[in-house]
Amino acid sequence: MRHTIAVLVENEFGVLSRVVGLFSGRGFNIDSLTVAPTNDEALSRITLVTRGDEQIIEQITKQLNKLIDVIKVIDFEPENAIEREMVLVKVSAEDQSRAEVLRIADIFRAKVIDVTPKSYTLEATGAPAKVSAMVELLRPLGLKELVSTGPVVIGRGAKAWKG
Amino acid sequence: MKLNGARILLECLKREGVDTIFGYPGGTVINLYDELFSFKEIRHILPRHEQAGVHAADGYARATGKVGVAIATSGPGATNTITGIATAYMDSIPMVIITGQVPTALIGNDAFQEADIIGITRPCTKHNFLVKDVRDLATIMKKAFYIARTGRPGPVVVDLPKDVQIAQTEFHYPESVEIRGYKPTVEGHPKQIEKAIASIMQAKKPVIYVGGGVILANAAAELVAVAKRLGIPVTTTLMGLGAYPENDPQSLGLLGMHGTYYANMAVSHCDMLIAIGARFDDRVTGKIASFAPHAKIVHVDVDPTSIKKNVRVDLPIVGDVRDVLQKMLKVADEIGPDAKACQAALAPWIAEIDEWKTKHPMTYKQSTSVIKPQYVIQRLRALSDPDAIVATDVGQHQMWTAQFFGFTAPRTLLSSGGLGTMGFGLPAAMGAQAGFPERQVMVVCGDGGFQMNMQELATIVQNRLNVKIVILNNNFLGMVRQWQELFFDKRYSSTCMELPIDFIKLAEAFGATGLQATKVDEVDEVIKKGFAIKGPVLMEFKVAREEKVLPMVPAGASLTEMVLAS
Repeated sequence: MRHTIAVLVENEFGVLSRVVGLFSGRGFNIDSLTVAPTNDEALSRITLVTRGDEQIIEQITKQLNKLIDVIKVIDFEPENAIEREMVLVKVSAEDQSRAEVLRIADIFRAKVIDVTPKSYTLEATGAPAKVSAMVELLRPLGLKELVSTGPVVIGRGAKAWKG
Repeated sequence: MKLNGARILLECLKREGVDTIFGYPGGTVINLYDELFSFKEIRHILPRHEQAGVHAADGYARATGKVGVAIATSGPGATNTITGIATAYMDSIPMVIITGQVPTALIGNDAFQEADIIGITRPCTKHNFLVKDVRDLATIMKKAFYIARTGRPGPVVVDLPKDVQIAQTEFHYPESVEIRGYKPTVEGHPKQIEKAIASIMQAKKPVIYVGGGVILANAAAELVAVAKRLGIPVTTTLMGLGAYPENDPQSLGLLGMHGTYYANMAVSHCDMLIAIGARFDDRVTGKIASFAPHAKIVHVDVDPTSIKKNVRVDLPIVGDVRDVLQKMLKVADEIGPDAKACQAALAPWIAEIDEWKTKHPMTYKQSTSVIKPQYVIQRLRALSDPDAIVATDVGQHQMWTAQFFGFTAPRTLLSSGGLGTMGFGLPAAMGAQAGFPERQVMVVCGDGGFQMNMQELATIVQNRLNVKIVILNNNFLGMVRQWQELFFDKRYSSTCMELPIDFIKLAEAFGATGLQATKVDEVDEVIKKGFAIKGPVLMEFKVAREEKVLPMVPAGASLTEMVLAS
């Protein structure tokens, strides 16, 4: 099962490597990882996507909670969370495919952020499924390069989740 | 008044009640040692290797219950501590290890004797700190001790750059510290405890399974009270030995790979397993699928990650073991029948266990021609003080000590359980003796493990530490040889240590006394003489070469599939 887990940590050197080391040391895999400071500069928020059965996810969240620098851990239920990621994608675009790239970009509300006679570079933001659908449509046209932030996640509703 | 970082560190140690430290000087801690030169309130013991220094601090912590402290210089000094730190981490021993570091301006520049000790120790410490500013030092030290001794205890590394030791600031030691992300749950949930007691009262075949957590939480008296109140038999892990007196009729002794037949059978047939401060290590459970197959499992542990890590748990209770046991006792008094009625209800179960005990007691075949190692252990128990502290190394002798010594008090067995560190025993005994100069302290070693840290004879003699060293010499790396015998068709690949070392001369070379027994009737004589001599004594026993540790559950087998002693 895919799980998106948010981890609120002290914004100090070495904390990320404690979190990552926990995964590698115990043989858990990380699909994606995003980290940046929060509105409180003393804190950073890590969003990571991992996979495992119920027992593995329980161990992961418990082990994360055990780290001294970790303040909160939330394993988000998909129905209560809004997930977004951003991709920058460079696509071959020559002759008749130039129009097709623009059509796909338009459908997915992606922005063209760079253009050359041979390529377009697009910026797209959205739920991971939407972004990946766009990428799959662009792939046959000649995907030259793709870079993604991986998902970030925030809970639905008025309740905020700070330190 | 302003103090330099080195002095601040020592003042912090003093305020934490530290009276003894084990450390090795070097370039990046020379300022610290300079301060130590005139700081008479703390005893400093110089080991001959940093690994041994950390094991000594560990032995001191295990025996006294206080936080052990070790110092090493940067680079190789710091990397030499890793085995000691990992040993303490696996067994949850409270320790603070201070490592020197190159000046902050040189960190990351491959400076002379630089190593990223924060990175290296991250996976084997409870937490670690790099002190970048002398103004943070006192608070970091307070945090380090707080983290080391609370919750599930463990080692904490403080990496201290040379320039921070020299820099000056006003010294103020905080009375308490607040760490946002660290709030261990120490109080057991009352509802869960009530549920557990109600469930235990229903059980027809309950067993209490105790780990080192009971000893770490100083909860041995509470454990005895609960076991007696409910009349439930108690088995312990290696780390739990001493938590429950083995001479008590309710004791089942050691559980697991080299545990007693009756402990393993009791766990395999019980309908209720009450795990207290134990983590279901693979050496205890054997094949997980067939471990306690008929039992409901109640698990008490201060560390939530230990619960449901290896086995399913029906009723988890997170909290300090002592607090939980105290509450359990109270609830039992409130809702349960009295102790006599509890014991009467379990009579058929106890009778079943007694039958196993009679049928397959913990035993070995005595010999008149050759010294049996088990016999030496039994004689050590018979001839030593009742409160003697026994450190062991790792291997066959460790298991024989666990099986045949008969521990009756907590903190009297010091052994590397989790990591299984050869070379641990001698320095650990040294640390325990430093903590308890008046108590009898011995270390039981094999000839292999002893050779891993035998340089510490020098430390023992120099510091007049009255350690009695027992070597069960079979000229083998015995436990590996046993596996080779049983599972590799006796192909003794590199386990034979044929070089006949003269351990007596070796002891004498360091200024200790050496004694040797080669015949059965010399055993008592050597032990009595060794204990009577004041000061360090090495007692070598030439034991049966191919003796095995039995019973044994082969790795990966079920607890009921034991190879028994003939």
